[in-house]
Amino acid sequence: MSRVEQGDTTADGATASDAATTSATATASFAVAGAGGSGRVPSLLWTFGLFRSELVTTFRRWRTLALLAVLAAVPILVGIAVKIETGDGSSMGGGPGGGGGGGEGPAFIAQITNNGLFLVFTALAATLPFFLPMAVGVVAGDAIAGEAGGGTLRYLLVAPAGRTRLLLTKYASVMTFCLVATLVVAASALAVGALLFPLGEVTTISGTRIGFGEGLFRALLIALAVAASLIGIAALGLFVSTLTNSGIAAMATTVGLLITVQILDQIPQLDALHPYFFSHYWLSFADLMREPVYWDELQRNLGLQALYAAVFGSAAWARFTSRDITT
Amino acid sequence: MQEQSAAAAVISTRALTKRYRGGQLAVDGLDLTVPAGSVFGFLGPNGSGKTTTIRMLMGLIEPTSGTAEVLGRPMPRAARTVLPEVGALIEGPALYGFLSGRDNLLRYDAADPTADPRTRRARVETALDRVGLTAAIGKKAKAYSLGMKQRLGLAAALLRPRRLLVLDEPTNGLDPQGMREIRALVRALASDGTTVFLSSHLLDEIEQVCTHAAVMAQGRLITQGPVAELAAGARGRLVVTTPDPADAARVLKEQGVGDVVVTEDRVTGEPPDRDLAELNAALVTAGVRVRGFGVERASLEDAFVALTGEGFDVAG
Repeated sequence: MSRVEQGDTTADGATASDAATTSATATASFAVAGAGGSGRVPSLLWTFGLFRSELVTTFRRWRTLALLAVLAAVPILVGIAVKIETGDGSSMGGGPGGGGGGGEGPAFIAQITNNGLFLVFTALAATLPFFLPMAVGVVAGDAIAGEAGGGTLRYLLVAPAGRTRLLLTKYASVMTFCLVATLVVAASALAVGALLFPLGEVTTISGTRIGFGEGLFRALLIALAVAASLIGIAALGLFVSTLTNSGIAAMATTVGLLITVQILDQIPQLDALHPYFFSHYWLSFADLMREPVYWDELQRNLGLQALYAAVFGSAAWARFTSRDITT
Repeated sequence: MQEQSAAAAVISTRALTKRYRGGQLAVDGLDLTVPAGSVFGFLGPNGSGKTTTIRMLMGLIEPTSGTAEVLGRPMPRAARTVLPEVGALIEGPALYGFLSGRDNLLRYDAADPTADPRTRRARVETALDRVGLTAAIGKKAKAYSLGMKQRLGLAAALLRPRRLLVLDEPTNGLDPQGMREIRALVRALASDGTTVFLSSHLLDEIEQVCTHAAVMAQGRLITQGPVAELAAGARGRLVVTTPDPADAARVLKEQGVGDVVVTEDRVTGEPPDRDLAELNAALVTAGVRVRGFGVERASLEDAFVALTGEGFDVAG
């Protein structure tokens, strides 16, 4: 009994954040009560059952686990490579402030030998251009198309999951995957960094020194910024996913778009378009290692990701709610 | 009177039409009425529009024109309130192979926002027990046989008490024992007051279980009504058993019997509109030795063939 009340409280509290779902649930509950059905008023908590189920389903797929394993392996490889390279005592060159620089390798790689914490930044910088968005593209592309291809989509919809609710749930679970994937890279890098290298005070890009605790906090912020950078491709992948009944096709298309955009972003003649590519401000997360933090590009990145989420989220919604389900 | 029948109808469509984007007319002006409490057989060869109709009723496909009401409310607009009271098995089961039977059902139940999560596990176990899957509850669905998958799909339709069950080919892939169990289950559900809408290509199945039936062909509804009336509509066939089938066939043709078919020692045909005793006399006079002579009651299959002009065994 107390659980139901608790659920209702949650519903009231969350109305603003999810008005559509709440009102739809209320309609459903009145109808059920009116029809003399179960007689119980479903709370918002009940509709979150689908989100929980979605997470369980996503993270129990061996494909998801394989993607996470690949992501976790990147920092291990980078860590071991740096350790071997510098095993003879020579430094990788480049002193403090060399982070974020040029084409010699991923940002911050030169500082790993001095401080294992920098492996977190290096690993995120190494996985953000391709591994992370590819993993997100696979999960997002499969989200609707995979269910459609397997036929499970029709049973979710006649359950009835509700098309808007299902799409929101899918998007929420893909974003959760973005966060988990980023944290897996960060956690693996932190563990490898702590094992292979000394930890201690952190030298920022600006040259100032901050304590290890503060450095850890910056690392967490960077992980969040990286996860947020993936929102755009997640929305794009989900939209592609509503267009087809083949999970593989949707995944391939999304990853193909990712590669195309990455290439176009390198072509100087397309300079005018670059600020609209979802990957353009990705490496802005390095600005969190400045003292004081330089927010301009970070904010531009977040704004761009929000724009992608709005545009492709709406497109996905328009497509998914009007589409005939024939599989 | 009409209003009353509309209120008692669990499914009611008016001029329901679906034209796919390619221009193909899948369902053409369907007026279907499924009375409450009936076990309704939905018949038709493959490609006749049965599945498209079921998908429109379940809100998966938007009709091109016409209306559909399920449980007295318009579909697909009222899907949210209607579908929790409807259990469905559409075009075979669809499962997550990497999840166990139990976890598959937990997921489908979680998709229903009006299903109580506190009773979820108990309801899932009851549903699995009802279809005889308790032993395989923790087994991954990809290791299930076709029949077990079919049962799991049925269990998903039975997660909650339903007012309407829509079962598309529910005995597909089951062995004869499994078919009997499912038929018994359908009868038990119907006796509890659940309306069952059953599509099947097995006519004897429809004949054994259904109280009402409708026949579709090429997107159109050919007939609908109580099964007994449909079968009565078709004429029986004259059957003569004889060791002289060739002679018998010749005599019967001379006597005006149409569509004479000889199979080993059986000669069958459409009986003419006169006293059959005279036919028998004619056979005997012609020296045909008759072992058996009579009219076989028309089956639903005969009715179906008479209505659609084609055989039914396009199983698929």
